[in-house]
Amino acid sequence: MANITPLREAVASLVHDGDTVALEGFTHLIPHAAGHEIVRQGRRDLTLVRMTPDLIYDQLIGMGCAAKLIFSWGGNPGVGSLHRFRDAVEQGWPQRLAIEEHSHAGMANAYVAGASNLPFALLRGYTGSDLPKVNPNIRFVECPFTGEKLAAIPSVRPDVTVIHAQKADRRGNVLIWGILGVQKEAVLAAKRSIVTVEEIVDDLEAPPNACVLPSWALSAVCPVPGGAYPSYAQGYSERDNRFYKAWDPIARSRETFQAWMQRHVLDTDDFAGFRRVLAESMKETA
Amino acid sequence: MPAEANAETLDFTATEIMTVAASRLLKDGTVCFVGIGLPSTAANLARLTHAPDVVLIYESGPIGAKPTVLPLSIGDGDLALTADTVVGTPEIFRYWLQGGRIDVGFLGAAQVDRFANINTTVIGPYDTPKVRLPGAGGAPEIASQAKEVFIVLKQSPKAFVAKLPFVTSAGYLDGGDARARAGIPGAGPTAVITDLGILTPDPVTKELTLTSIHPGVTVEQVKAATGWELKIAPDLKTTEIPDAGALAALRDLQARTAAAHGQAGGGGEG
Repeated sequence: MANITPLREAVASLVHDGDTVALEGFTHLIPHAAGHEIVRQGRRDLTLVRMTPDLIYDQLIGMGCAAKLIFSWGGNPGVGSLHRFRDAVEQGWPQRLAIEEHSHAGMANAYVAGASNLPFALLRGYTGSDLPKVNPNIRFVECPFTGEKLAAIPSVRPDVTVIHAQKADRRGNVLIWGILGVQKEAVLAAKRSIVTVEEIVDDLEAPPNACVLPSWALSAVCPVPGGAYPSYAQGYSERDNRFYKAWDPIARSRETFQAWMQRHVLDTDDFAGFRRVLAESMKETA
Repeated sequence: MPAEANAETLDFTATEIMTVAASRLLKDGTVCFVGIGLPSTAANLARLTHAPDVVLIYESGPIGAKPTVLPLSIGDGDLALTADTVVGTPEIFRYWLQGGRIDVGFLGAAQVDRFANINTTVIGPYDTPKVRLPGAGGAPEIASQAKEVFIVLKQSPKAFVAKLPFVTSAGYLDGGDARARAGIPGAGPTAVITDLGILTPDPVTKELTLTSIHPGVTVEQVKAATGWELKIAPDLKTTEIPDAGALAALRDLQARTAAAHGQAGGGGEG
C-alpha cells in the first residue's frame, strides 16, 4: 500500500544519491514540486530519465543533481533552448553531463519493456538515423522467425519514478486523466514510485476503463495542490505559458539562474512557499 | 485583410504562403501525424478550410484532435479535450504509427539536405557541439513509418545544407533507392514546403528539386537560399496564391491563438 505522506518525507526516504530517477509527464502533469524537493534535499549523481526534459530537468541539471541524462527531446516547449542543459552538454557546467539519446518511440518502448519485466525493447526504429552511431545502447537484432532486422534498446528500469496526477482516494489509489504520456509505464517500470496529487478524495468516481494506479503498486502518495506548476493538471489548472517564456532569460546566465534557484527553491520550505515567493517576484518584474 | 478582397490583389507574407501551400497538400480524410509548430499550423488550417475530416494525431496521445486555437506545446489540454480519443504515448508509437495507420507525417526541421534527410540534433560534432538542438522527438519513426512525409521549414543556406552534421531522421539517405534498400517502409518525404517554393524529390535520384516557386520570388533567390547546386524542374510552376478564405482562416486562427496564449503558436514538444 502507498503511504500517504508529505512530499519532503517521500523524497527523503525514496530518492537516494546515485539513483536512476524518472520524472515523467508529457507537457501535462509534470511533477515540478517533486523536482524542487529533490533540489532542496541536494541529491547528487542522479541518472535522470525523461522523454522530454524541459524546465524541471534544466533546474535539476543546473543545480548539479545529475550525472547522466537519458532522453529523446530536450527543449523549452514553445520557447527555445534549455540553457542549463546546453551549458552542461557544451561547457560541462556545473559538471559534465553524460547523455544517452533516443527517439520518442525508443523511449516509450523502453518504458513498456521495463514495466513488462523484459531486458530490452524491440521496435522498428532508428533506421537511417545517426543516433545508433552515437548511442551504443541502440543495437539491432534479427527476428528469429523472419530474419528481419529490428532495433533493440535496454529497458528503462528506474529506481524511482515520480509523477503528478489529479487525485487519490484515502487508501492511495490514484486516478490520472487527459494526456497520459508514459506515466503509467514509468511507474510500473520502477522499483519505487512517488505520486503527487492535486487532492485526496473519498471516492475517485473512476469509470471502469479509467487510468487508475492501484495503491498497492505505489510507494508514496503526496498531496501537493498545483504541484505541476508551471505545467498543468487538466480539470484543475492551466499551463502558465508566461512562466515558460520568463524561464528563458532566467536560465540564460549561470548567475541569474543560481540567484533565482536560491531565492525561489533553496530558501523556501515547500511548493506553497515557492508559489508565494514566485508571485512576489513576478509582481516585481511585471 | 477583408475576406472578400479580390484574390489577385491579396497581400500575404512569405510565411503565410508557405503555411497555406503546405495545408493544401493535406487531402480531406487523411490521417496525419502532426509535429508542433509550422506543421501543426498548416494541418489545422487544412482542417478549418478544405479538409474538415482530416484526422490529426499528436504524439502526446490525442487522436482526432480539433483544437480551437493552435497548441503552444504538444501536450496542450485543448488537444485532449477536443480529440476523438486520447491514448498513452507508447500506444501512439506502437499501434498507430508502427501499426501502419498514418498516411502523412507532417514534420518541421532545423536542417535538411539535398536528399531530404533531417537534422534536429546538433550543429557541429556530436560530442562537442557548436549548437545543441532539442533532439529527435518522434521524428525518426514518423519519417520512416508514415506512408509519406511533408516537411515544412524556412529556406536559407544554414537550413538547406549539402551535408548534414547529423542525420536525425531519414529522408532518402544517399539518394536513389538507398531508402528502400535500408528497409524503411514509408515512401519518404514527397514535398518540402518553404517560404520560397516547394521542392519535391526527383523520381529516380531522389534529389530535392524546385518544382514550384512562390509568386514574386526569383529562381536566383531560391538558389541563393540553398546550400547546394539546386536543380530546377524544367516545367517549374508558380505556386497558386493563397485564396482569401484560407488567408482569413489562417489569420483568424492566429489571432485566436495569440489571444489565448499571448503568442501566435510557435511550439515545441515537452
